[in-house]
Amino acid sequence: MKFINYLEKVSGVDIIGLISLTIFFLFFVVMLTWVFKTKKKDFIEVSNIPLDNQH
Amino acid sequence: MQETNQSMQVEKFYYDNKIVKAFGYATVIFGIVGMIVGLWAAIQMYYPAISLNLAPTTFGRLRPLHTNAIIFAFVGNASFAGIYYSLQRLCKARMWSDKLSWIHFWGWQLIIVAAAITLPLGLNNGAEYAELIWPIDIAIALVWIIFGINMFGTIIKRREKHLYVAIWFYIATWVTVALLHIVRSIELPYSATGSYSWYAGVQDALVQWWYGHNAVAFFLTTPVLGLMYYFLPKAANRPVYSYRLSIIHFWSLIFIYIWAGPHHLLYTALPDWAQSLGVVFSIMLIMPSWGGMLNGLFTLRGAWDKVREDPVLKFMVVAITCYGMATFEGPLLSLKSVNAISHFSDWTIGHVHIGGLGWNGFMAFAILYYMIPKMWGTSLYSKKLATNHFWLGTIGIIIYAVPLYWAGFEQSLMWKQFTPEGQLKFDFMQTVTNIKYMYVARSVGGTLYLIGAFIMVYNLYKTIAKGTFIPNEAAEAAPIVKAVTQKKEYWHRVIERKPLTMLVLSLILVAIGGLVQMIPTFLVKSNVPTIASVKPYTPLELQGRDIYVREGCHTCHSQMIRPFRDEVARYGEYSKAGEFVYDHPFQWGSKRTGPDLAREGADKNKRPDSWHYTHMYDPRLTSPGSIMPRYIWLLDDKLDISTTAAKIRAMRKLGVPYPKDYDKIANVDLMKQADSIAGNLKKDKIETSSDREIIALIAYMQRLGRDIQGEPKPISEKK
Repeated sequence: MKFINYLEKVSGVDIIGLISLTIFFLFFVVMLTWVFKTKKKDFIEVSNIPLDNQH
Repeated sequence: MQETNQSMQVEKFYYDNKIVKAFGYATVIFGIVGMIVGLWAAIQMYYPAISLNLAPTTFGRLRPLHTNAIIFAFVGNASFAGIYYSLQRLCKARMWSDKLSWIHFWGWQLIIVAAAITLPLGLNNGAEYAELIWPIDIAIALVWIIFGINMFGTIIKRREKHLYVAIWFYIATWVTVALLHIVRSIELPYSATGSYSWYAGVQDALVQWWYGHNAVAFFLTTPVLGLMYYFLPKAANRPVYSYRLSIIHFWSLIFIYIWAGPHHLLYTALPDWAQSLGVVFSIMLIMPSWGGMLNGLFTLRGAWDKVREDPVLKFMVVAITCYGMATFEGPLLSLKSVNAISHFSDWTIGHVHIGGLGWNGFMAFAILYYMIPKMWGTSLYSKKLATNHFWLGTIGIIIYAVPLYWAGFEQSLMWKQFTPEGQLKFDFMQTVTNIKYMYVARSVGGTLYLIGAFIMVYNLYKTIAKGTFIPNEAAEAAPIVKAVTQKKEYWHRVIERKPLTMLVLSLILVAIGGLVQMIPTFLVKSNVPTIASVKPYTPLELQGRDIYVREGCHTCHSQMIRPFRDEVARYGEYSKAGEFVYDHPFQWGSKRTGPDLAREGADKNKRPDSWHYTHMYDPRLTSPGSIMPRYIWLLDDKLDISTTAAKIRAMRKLGVPYPKDYDKIANVDLMKQADSIAGNLKKDKIETSSDREIIALIAYMQRLGRDIQGEPKPISEKK
């Protein structure tokens, strides 16, 4: 149950920072590509779902 | 597509309004209760006698009751009501299982009742917004899973191909709250009601504010944003301004939010890199938040005339504006230079109430005003009363928040002032008595808001009386047909239609931020430099510490001296990460209504045992002008030492280095130390038995900050 400090210092784990930055960057690239490549027509259809006054 | 059309038979089904009604009623009842408790606690800030000098109604116990009631009972029930209403309609399907709906409802209400009983009894585990004891924590997890099964069941059997953005917010809420709750609640029970956090000190603090910050994000923000994306277009009768923006809003919000927790711990003993990470992500957070706010407000473009007429839209406009204000202020408060002033002060309380009263409260009122007439097949009894409620609420928010901003700023600046001779200009008490009238103003604002809520209750009651409830609302829609699509679909459309993929993606996204911060804090040794002179608490001190936790002392007293000139001058050497390694849970606090106690027992601040005794009997005898409640029962109640052995064993399991088998003899040491304190009191002409709770609390107070006072300064933190 104890937490043990396996690594001596943070400078040895720079890779964590690099991985984080890469994930961060890729996340936005992928999301923005997705959003801006989608046609507006599709969005209009979906955004009207709540207004489907039938019910 | 010919085959598809042939098989499209319209199905008839019914929306379950009964469950929405139940959650709606619970929202109103617990909302009123939570607000009354809040007002009661607020009045104690300038009139402490209104605690009635009773243990269950002192500020330290009422404050968690207020926050839990508002967060989990009021906003929680409102979100569930809105989710059960909108999810069915967005999926064109009844809830998957009525039985699960009702288990969710009654389970949640029982949890609330259990919280309302245990918190005033002092049964809490000392973690802000996660105070509830471990059996209730387990119940929350179970009920949450039931809710999730029912929600996903409904989504899977839906008749609408696409998942509207509101549902994304609901999915993210569910998965993230589950993750937060489980990680925060990992604790080791030592009795049927007591437990110690698995984490200690700095690590506990990181987990706590990862949890605390994201409870705001995923319990008070994302579900309510989902409600906004459904009910605002409904009320305005027009689609959301930009669906594209809503997608960016969703993904960037859930991704960025989870990293920002450490901004609650700026200038504390948390490693600097984690603080900086928290700041950077908090600043970035302004973009998705404002994207959402603008998306909401722009939805009303060309429809502002409706806002004049419709109370639902009125409430929504102020709610969304408050969301924008709070999410603008949040990043500002995360700047280290601003935080140096705002932290520990009433500024934070003002800030959260813009979010709580404005964003959450007004959104809850808006959806109640929308849903209740619809479900009773009638119109609102009185638009005029609703408008009066709106204005009372709005003015109430302003009168609540502005004095607290002022008080926070003024008090914090007073703390930091020095005379030309280099002495602190004000003693702590002066900075408190100076802002008392601001507390009075705040409670006036709260009262106005509460009166508004009562007007709503009357208005809704009359609306219900004139309508007829529609328990099962008829609807019809065609089922989704598994069509073989002719052209290749763009890949996001595929994700968007698969709720489980959505769930997994959301989970991965929110897990990243937490892992990046937690892994190094837990694994890297240099992040928590050990200090050889820091020793575990004695059994009596440990019992005293548990009383400190029980009474909620951390709601008003911090134990974290930041490295500022004034704090070092006032309290002593700034706090080091290594000092808290045996603190399960950490008690750094987030508000300094009373002075910091991190070095209360150090030689610099040392007061005789009799001072503490008298102070607990009546704080105004030792500190004229104090607004602290009296803790008379501590002087009379007998300390329960039957728990000592179990507590020591639990601590040993958590890695606190008590000697082997120490639990068997711990009470001997406990009595020895208690007798010595009783002896000290006797010298000061205070006759008391050594087995009273006050003795343990004094032992703990006198221990605070003693460990490192002999250390050479500054303590070098070897990298």
